[in-house]
Amino acid sequence: MEELHSVPAWKETLVTRIIQICGYSSILFVILILYFLLSEGLPALWKADLNSLFSTRWYPTESYFGIWPLIFGSLFVTLGAGLVSVPLGIGTAVYISEVAPSWTKEILKPLVELLAGLPSVVLGFLGIQVLVPFMRRFFDLPTGLTALSGAILLGMISIPTMVSVAEDALNTVPKSYREASMALGATRWQTIWGVTLPAAKSGVITAVLLGMGRAMGETMAVMMVTGNAPVMPQGLQTIILPIRTMTATIASEMGEVAAGSVHYSVLFLIGIILFIISLVVNVVAFTLTSRKTTRSERLLS
Amino acid sequence: MIDHQTQTKPPIISAEDLCIFYGNFRAVKNVDMKIVPNQITAIIGPSGCGKSTVLRSFNRMNDFIPNCHVTGKITFHGHNIYDEDVDPVQVRQKIGMVFQKPNPFPKSIFDNVAWGLKINGMKGDLSEPVEQALKQAALWDEVKDHLKKSGLSLSGGQQQRLCIARALAVKPDIILMDEPCSALDPIATLKIEDLMRELSKDYTIIIVTHNMQQAARASDYTAFFTMDSDRAGVMVEYGETSHIFTNPQDKRTEDYITGRYG
Repeated sequence: MEELHSVPAWKETLVTRIIQICGYSSILFVILILYFLLSEGLPALWKADLNSLFSTRWYPTESYFGIWPLIFGSLFVTLGAGLVSVPLGIGTAVYISEVAPSWTKEILKPLVELLAGLPSVVLGFLGIQVLVPFMRRFFDLPTGLTALSGAILLGMISIPTMVSVAEDALNTVPKSYREASMALGATRWQTIWGVTLPAAKSGVITAVLLGMGRAMGETMAVMMVTGNAPVMPQGLQTIILPIRTMTATIASEMGEVAAGSVHYSVLFLIGIILFIISLVVNVVAFTLTSRKTTRSERLLS
Repeated sequence: MIDHQTQTKPPIISAEDLCIFYGNFRAVKNVDMKIVPNQITAIIGPSGCGKSTVLRSFNRMNDFIPNCHVTGKITFHGHNIYDEDVDPVQVRQKIGMVFQKPNPFPKSIFDNVAWGLKINGMKGDLSEPVEQALKQAALWDEVKDHLKKSGLSLSGGQQQRLCIARALAVKPDIILMDEPCSALDPIATLKIEDLMRELSKDYTIIIVTHNMQQAARASDYTAFFTMDSDRAGVMVEYGETSHIFTNPQDKRTEDYITGRYG
């Protein structure tokens, strides 16, 4: 019998070790980032006066560190972006997956993926050059740098993410569901609304959350078009007034702040808050997608 | 080819010179078939002979297959269902379909049956018609206490009866069944066959089956399809099931039903 050619044991061990180190190091980096964030940010809770932190005035040069305007600014713009992107994004996903003829699909899908990879600063240009002047003229405002501009632009930025994830979710709905519905005499629209979308519900919700997460974390574009005034949103007219988000605050002020100062720590605290918000969004998205399917569902799909 | 008894009752649906193409390929050739109302008609034949294609052409489910087109006529209630002015959605409301693999929606048992009623604009309390459809499909006793459970929680045979109930709820005239038992065990299969017999009092059933015993047991009329030399499906023989199985007129039918095919 010819002896089987075997890989020496030490080679196996070496490869295993290298892969192990790669895996562990990425976990380590995340932990280090988290540690850094916490160690720099948490001291803000005792260095800055808590009353000042939870006030509504952000004016760091005079030690007013009210973070509410920034949190509301971010939420305001993100929710606004959601109002723009959810109908458009889901609509586009449905069109690509359910309605478009296959040649259109072939063109649209890569196009959407391409848009998802567009640097946001480029979209920021578009915002400054086109959207902002339009807003100023349309609402007859002193400046077009408004929350609404930010919301629309962020909506545009989050649409590709949403479309791409939602379209995948719709594609995983078995063809047999659509056939069953059509065979009962349902129209295409009834089938989409009553059968396909509900069957893809968890994936579509994930798409929405991921898109909103993208909008929440966006910095550059939003900084370019929202005017960056850290004021508390007050009523509906806020949508056509300047606003400032958490991300824009960190990006614009971090460069000028003295390391270790109160202002510095508060900026990191804002980072922690952003981190927590995106963590919550991701956990919710994750639980929805990995929702326990029943055995029969797995078998049939 | 069609014996005298078939022609005495006016057909509920009939195919005349039906050809079905996938692109340039003629998959089914010159089928003439008159379906007798309130009877079970089985379509049998080897794989790839166009049985399912013909079945799906009866309620225009072929519309969803790209490049598929049909020539000839299928007459239902005096109209050619392939005429320009015919709405395929209405055709499908009158001609329901049950598929090879049970395909209940990922909704509750109740909502599965109610869905067809809802799309037909029925509002308010649907529990009455849903119960009726489930009773007709001989499923009511097994599911009446857990109508809120997912349709996917049922066994395969129950799921298939749920699909039948779902099709019955919209009150079709004809039910097309595309190998409805091929994913089921023998006991569930017999249940579906009993159910078909019961349903044929009120409905016309056309069933495609691979299983010759099933055709012999459960149908009143049988059509035998095979492939001709162009690989196109053709109908070889059509008549009362008892005649086809005991006294086939065509050599190819005889070979197939006696298992000498191929």
